[in-house]
Amino acid sequence: MTKGTFGQAINSALDTALALDKRVFVAGEGVGVSIHADPNMPTSGLLAKYGPERVKDTPVSEAAIMGLAVGAAAMGLLPVVEIMFFPFITLASDMLVNHAAKLRYLSGGKTSFPLTVRVKAGVNFSAGCQHSHNLEAWLAHCPGLKVAFPSNPADAKGLLLSAIFDPNPVVVVEEMPLYWTTGQYPKGDQRAPLGRAEVVRAGRECTVVAYGSAVHTALAAAEGLAQKGLSVEVLDLRCLAPLDREAVLGSVRKTGRLVVVHDANKTCGLGAEIAALAAEQAFESLKAPVRRVAAPDIPVPFSPPQERFNRPDARAVAEAVESLV
Amino acid sequence: MSAKNAARRLEMYSKLVLCRAFEDKISELAAERGRLPGMQILATGQEAVAVGVVQALSPEDVVVSNHRSHAHLLARGAEPGLLMAEIMGKAAGINKGKSGTLHMAAPELNVLMTSTVVGAGPPLAAGAAFALQYAGKEALAAVFFGDGAAAEGSVHEAMNLAALWRLPVLFICENNRWAGAQGLAEHCPVESLSQRAAAYAMIGETVDGNDADRVFARARTLAEACRLGRGPALLEARTYRMRGHGEYDRQHYVPKDEIERWRALDPVEAYGRRLTEEGLLSADQDRAVRGQARARVLEAVAFAEQAPYPAPNQALEDLWA
Repeated sequence: MTKGTFGQAINSALDTALALDKRVFVAGEGVGVSIHADPNMPTSGLLAKYGPERVKDTPVSEAAIMGLAVGAAAMGLLPVVEIMFFPFITLASDMLVNHAAKLRYLSGGKTSFPLTVRVKAGVNFSAGCQHSHNLEAWLAHCPGLKVAFPSNPADAKGLLLSAIFDPNPVVVVEEMPLYWTTGQYPKGDQRAPLGRAEVVRAGRECTVVAYGSAVHTALAAAEGLAQKGLSVEVLDLRCLAPLDREAVLGSVRKTGRLVVVHDANKTCGLGAEIAALAAEQAFESLKAPVRRVAAPDIPVPFSPPQERFNRPDARAVAEAVESLV
Repeated sequence: MSAKNAARRLEMYSKLVLCRAFEDKISELAAERGRLPGMQILATGQEAVAVGVVQALSPEDVVVSNHRSHAHLLARGAEPGLLMAEIMGKAAGINKGKSGTLHMAAPELNVLMTSTVVGAGPPLAAGAAFALQYAGKEALAAVFFGDGAAAEGSVHEAMNLAALWRLPVLFICENNRWAGAQGLAEHCPVESLSQRAAAYAMIGETVDGNDADRVFARARTLAEACRLGRGPALLEARTYRMRGHGEYDRQHYVPKDEIERWRALDPVEAYGRRLTEEGLLSADQDRAVRGQARARVLEAVAFAEQAPYPAPNQALEDLWA
C-alpha cells in the first residue's frame, strides 16, 4: 500500500493502465498540459511519461471527445476520456447515452464499447450551478452505462482500473474536493470490483447508505451518534450501476432502519431508488419509515453560506437517524 | 478502358440495381399494412453515392452509416436476406432484430456502426479513424451524413478535431436537398456544403451524386489522400431524395416538377444507359442483372418472412459485453 491523496490514487490508476496496455489512451481538455500545476490533479505527469500519442489534449468539444471514445472503443481501443465539470456532460450526452450505452444492444451484441469517462464533479467550491451539478442519477437511469462513485483513494484507484478494463462503458465520478484528501491505496494493478458496496462502519440500529463524499458525512454522523449510544452502520455504495442491491437489503434486514444520503438534490435522486428497493424487498424488516437526506430541489447555489445550506451535513444525517429510533 | 475497369463498372451497375430493387420492395411491403414494422427510410435516388463511395473503399476501411443505410450496407456486400429479416424484426436478422431498419451494424463488413441520430456519425467516425491512426494502419473511416445533419454542432466538432489531428476521415455529405420537409434553402445558408471544408483547412469537393463514375473517381482520390495521412476530406455529393423522408411521407410540400426533373436524372437508369451506350452492357446482360437483383430480393423476402421472431424475453440480452 502507498499513502497518498485521492488525486494521486487516480493518477496511479491511469499510470498503471497506460503502462499495462497499449490500447489505453487518455483524452480530454487539459489532460496533458493543464492550467492547474498541481501533482494532485489526476492526469499530472502523464504527458511527459507517455507522450502526445497516448495523452491527448483536445479542443473544447465535449461531443467530439465522447465520439472519439465511442468510435475508438468500437475499434478495440480502451479510451479514458475526461469531462472537466459534471454539468458539461450534457454536451456529450448524445454520444454517451444514445451511442456508448445503446449501440451494442442495437447491434445484437456484435459490437462493444469498452470506454471510460472520468467526470470531475463536486460541490462546495463556489463554482456555481453550471459547474456543480450532480447528475449521477441521470446516468444510472440509462441502461448500458455503469456508474462508479468512489469515496476514498483506494476505491478511486481500484474502481477506475476496473472501469478501464471493463468491456462496457463506465462513468467514474470524481469529486474534486476529495482530490486532496489522503489515504492508503494499493500499488500496481489492484482492481476494486464494479457493483459491490462495502460496509465502512458496522452498526446495529440504523443503516445509512451513501456514496462519494456523502460517505464521510455519514461517517461523521455515525461517530457523533455512537457517543449518544446509537449504533449506526454506514454502507458505501461505491458503484451506482450496477447497484449492489443485496448489500443494501442485507444491511436493512439487519438494522431495520434506513437513511440514504447524497449531495444531489432529492427528487428522483438515487435515494428514491434505494428507498423503493427497501420498500419492495425488505418491507417486513423495516421498523420505521425510510428517510432521505439530500439537497433541496434547487440549482447548487453560489454564495458560500447558501452553498453550505444546500449540502446535507452530518447534523442533518444524525437528525434523520434519531427521528427513526 | 481496361477489362478490370469494365468489370468494376458492371459490378457497380449490379449494386445500383440491387439497391433500387431492395428498396422498391420495402416501399411495396410498407404500403401493405402489417408486413413491416416501424419507419422505412429509403435512399431511393441516392444509390450512386453509396455505390460510388463504397467501391472506392478497401476492405480495411471502416464505414459509419446513417438512417438511410440500406444502400451503404448492400454496396458493402451485406446479404439482402439478413437485412430484410432485420427490417422485419426477426431473430435471423443481421442484428437479431435488435436494430430494425434504422441502426444496422455489420462489423464483419467493417460497417462498424449506424446511427439514426442526425449528425452523430461524424464524431463516431473520428473516433474510429483515431483508432486506425493509432494502430498505424493505412485505412480510413468513411461517414455518410445528409445536408440536414450538416447543421448539427457534432458534425462541426468532428470536422475540427479530425482536421486538427489529421485523422483519416472521409466525410461524405449526401446532399439530397431535403431535411424533413425543409428544402435546402430553408435550412442551409450556403449553396455548396463543401465550402464548409475551408473552415477546417481540409479538402472539400462537390460532385454530381447521381453519377456513380464521378462519385467513385472523386472518392477514390480523396480516400487515397486520407490513407496517406493528409488528414480528412469532405465530399459533397449532390443528389436527390426521390421518396419522402420516410414511407409515411406523401411529399405534399415538394413541387411536382422538381420530382419529375430529378426522375429524369435517375442514377440507376442513367448508369445503365451509359454502360449500354459505351457497349459494356447488352440488352440481354441488362435483363440478367435486373432479373438477378429481383430474384435476390424475392429470396430475401421469403427468407425473412418465414424466419421466426426472437423470443420476447430475448429483449433482455445483448446489453452488456
